[in-house]
Amino acid sequence: MTRQIRLGVFTVAGCGLAAFLLWGLAGLPGFGHYHWPYGNVLNQVAPNERHTSNVVGAVVFDYRGFDTLGEEFILFSAVVGVSLLLRKDREEAAPADRVRSDPIMATGAVAAALLFVLGLWVVAFGYVTPGGGFQGGVVLAGAFLLVYLTGGYREYHALTPHSPVEMAEAIGAGAFAILGFAGIAYAGSYLGNFLGIGDAGSLYSGGSIPLLNWATAVEVCAAMILLFSEFLKTYVIPTDDWRPELGPR
Amino acid sequence: MSYLPYALAAWLFVVGLYGVVSSRNLIHLAVCLTVMQSGTYVLLLAIGYKNGGAAPIFRPTRHKAVDPVVQALTLTDIVVSVTVVALILALALGAHKESGSVNPDEIADFSG
Repeated sequence: MTRQIRLGVFTVAGCGLAAFLLWGLAGLPGFGHYHWPYGNVLNQVAPNERHTSNVVGAVVFDYRGFDTLGEEFILFSAVVGVSLLLRKDREEAAPADRVRSDPIMATGAVAAALLFVLGLWVVAFGYVTPGGGFQGGVVLAGAFLLVYLTGGYREYHALTPHSPVEMAEAIGAGAFAILGFAGIAYAGSYLGNFLGIGDAGSLYSGGSIPLLNWATAVEVCAAMILLFSEFLKTYVIPTDDWRPELGPR
Repeated sequence: MSYLPYALAAWLFVVGLYGVVSSRNLIHLAVCLTVMQSGTYVLLLAIGYKNGGAAPIFRPTRHKAVDPVVQALTLTDIVVSVTVVALILALALGAHKESGSVNPDEIADFSG
């Protein structure tokens, strides 16, 4: 199919799509005129039922926890897919870019440490204030990526050895699924909330939400690190004294 | 009554789709796909918005709040977007390794 034919087909299909989009969107209530019951009900009951102040967190890890389980495994299988797709590229030669400026490395080390603490905070208070395992996990992984950006692949690799990170990802995803079975045993339903709901507004609140929150954070952080690592590995050159697979020798 | 946020969502979706169709570079295509998907974030959040509503975080007081369900859905949406982009970029690297190009037309020529 040539470019012209393809664009021609797209123009016809695009006009049809645009018409359907406009038709569908015009049927929605006006912006701000929300009148569906589900969100209102959750906003009413979640703070009392679960003692979480962040209702989004309660939806993700409790009321719709089963969806989040699926989401975790979407991420998990994507990481497996990426590492399979990039597996053979390991030994390809490409320029190894190393930061040599001391001020940049020092600033980067401080910034990475601060980012790591910020990530822990976003995870820990995810069900009290805005945040949560997904968001915090990505921030935590960002701290490791910052080590690569302001240091080099060597430092990054030393901080994120492959097998422990892989194990952490599996443990995070597995813990979420197993906590679901604990819900069957103690609360009567898969991913049921089986712990005491604690005090609203404190870290001890939300029942099993904090556990699922941390399991997610571990899984997301490890998954993002594995994604970065797989892409970075296609980009580093093995040198005489050091190889990504073996470390210094 | 305003429909502007819905129009923004539709525009992001369609402009991203145009980018995907007309793309001559797989990396560019991946970025266009995230633009498309951004349209769905805007649509979800716009559906859940309530006039005068604040974030659904109730501490210390109760107040009028927007729908938390669509916000949780948006979170899922973002995770899916990240995984899809990662897979596309990995495939683009593989295609570049095989054919020496990230232009879909040239890759098609290469294999045919």
